[in-house]
Amino acid sequence: MKAVLVISARDNVATALQPLQTGQVIDAGGAGITVTEAIAPGHKIALRTIELGEAVIKYGSPIGTASAVIPAGAHVHTHNVASSRGRGDIDPASADLQPRLAEPPDDAATRANGTPSRVINK
Amino acid sequence: MSSTNKPSRPGFLGYRRTDGRVGTRNHVLVVPTVICSAVVAERIAASAAPVAVALPHLAGCGQLGPDMRVTHDTLAAYCAHPNVGAVLVVALGCEQVVAQHLAEAARRHGKPAEIVAIQSEGGTVRATEKGSRIAQSLAGGLATQEREWCDISELVLSLKCGGSDYTSGLASNPTLGRVTDRLVELGGSAVLGEIAEIMGAEHLLASRATHAQAATKLIQIITRVETEARALGLDIRGTQPSPGNIRGGLTTIEEKSLGATHKGGERAPLEDVVAYAAPIARKGLTVMDTPGLDVESVTGMVGGGAQVVVFTTGLGTPTGNPIAPVIKITGNARTARQMEDNIDLDVSGIMDESETLDGAADRLFAEVLDVASGRQTKAETLGHREFAIHRRNPTI
Repeated sequence: MKAVLVISARDNVATALQPLQTGQVIDAGGAGITVTEAIAPGHKIALRTIELGEAVIKYGSPIGTASAVIPAGAHVHTHNVASSRGRGDIDPASADLQPRLAEPPDDAATRANGTPSRVINK
Repeated sequence: MSSTNKPSRPGFLGYRRTDGRVGTRNHVLVVPTVICSAVVAERIAASAAPVAVALPHLAGCGQLGPDMRVTHDTLAAYCAHPNVGAVLVVALGCEQVVAQHLAEAARRHGKPAEIVAIQSEGGTVRATEKGSRIAQSLAGGLATQEREWCDISELVLSLKCGGSDYTSGLASNPTLGRVTDRLVELGGSAVLGEIAEIMGAEHLLASRATHAQAATKLIQIITRVETEARALGLDIRGTQPSPGNIRGGLTTIEEKSLGATHKGGERAPLEDVVAYAAPIARKGLTVMDTPGLDVESVTGMVGGGAQVVVFTTGLGTPTGNPIAPVIKITGNARTARQMEDNIDLDVSGIMDESETLDGAADRLFAEVLDVASGRQTKAETLGHREFAIHRRNPTI
């Protein structure tokens, strides 16, 4: 089994399929990433530096916004990612609470290459 | 029927009803009109089990307009459902839900229906005795009905996930998605619920809508859920993703939704968006306005007409339904072992690359048709018959 799975070429995070150890170098779609902290299977690792306020992308779509600078190789989870949706606790004026219809869906080519099926089945 | 002459197409052995619909089960449904008659209904159903099943619920009186309507319409939808062959309504006598209306809903669809009322029979013992005799007689009448070959286009599949972990979005949901695409291409129907778990992935579904109205309706109900959270000043993050989802590595509702929406396939056109437990009237993919709570969601989608449910899970869950078989599928090898009692199909080979998604989808497709033809699921064997009607307002 691979160490990590990158689902879409647009993603800036990968999913660990095995426990990742600090200092381990993983192959994520050709790029070598040094793991900076222990990451459990199912949890996510940053493939590159994600700036504060930048969208975190998985499945080729935004899954939230970085609430801190996330260095490449770091664990990406609730401590450094905030959801943008269903947030009654924040001021709607300051948040993107509108459904993202304007955003173009994955085109067929990206989906064909980017779905888990193709990645896993090679 | 032309479908019987096309053995080359996939199909299943079902019960053809006089209203043209097809059932995958043939139950006597014992329906309490109100919570007050639920225990009597359960005792009556037990006297003619497993053909008879009860539909115990917590509502039926003291409800405001919209909730009352949802309660009545959901119960009526179960009375009319093709997996039900006959109906016994168990009334108290003074409640809001009208027993006669439920019996008529069954009769309009060609099913025999009887009523027993606790107050007019003179209490629990007499009502249970009379109801048991009626239930046994109705069950006897169903015993002579035979299954016949039905084309796969007659199938309405409910798509559900619960207890999700990272394997759900990578293995079980895409496996189910491939079955959805195949079913819809063959002229069948599928229904996806759980609006909160579409939040963040609605752009993908909306782009597959065959008409603007479906896309607009989808966006409207998702916006409503977000607006409701805002009006309460609440953050849905306390429940979505759930604590178990977060332990498993899911960070946000958007991430959970993008994984969950794989159940709806990649190509199946979005044909319709319907209210809770409302009829699924179009072939293709329908989205139903249900909450994320598993039992309420399955209850609504079966009410809409789904005859089989496929339920993907990462962590494992026992949920069944009184009248529809629920097939459990997991991509988590540990869950497949630890909760073997509850899991019908193990697709964890996708995670270690010992099975392809296409291979897993072939197995699930065959399983759906076997179960539609009568094979019992683990949830049925274990007697999991959970039922809960969605309610939005306080009880008065």
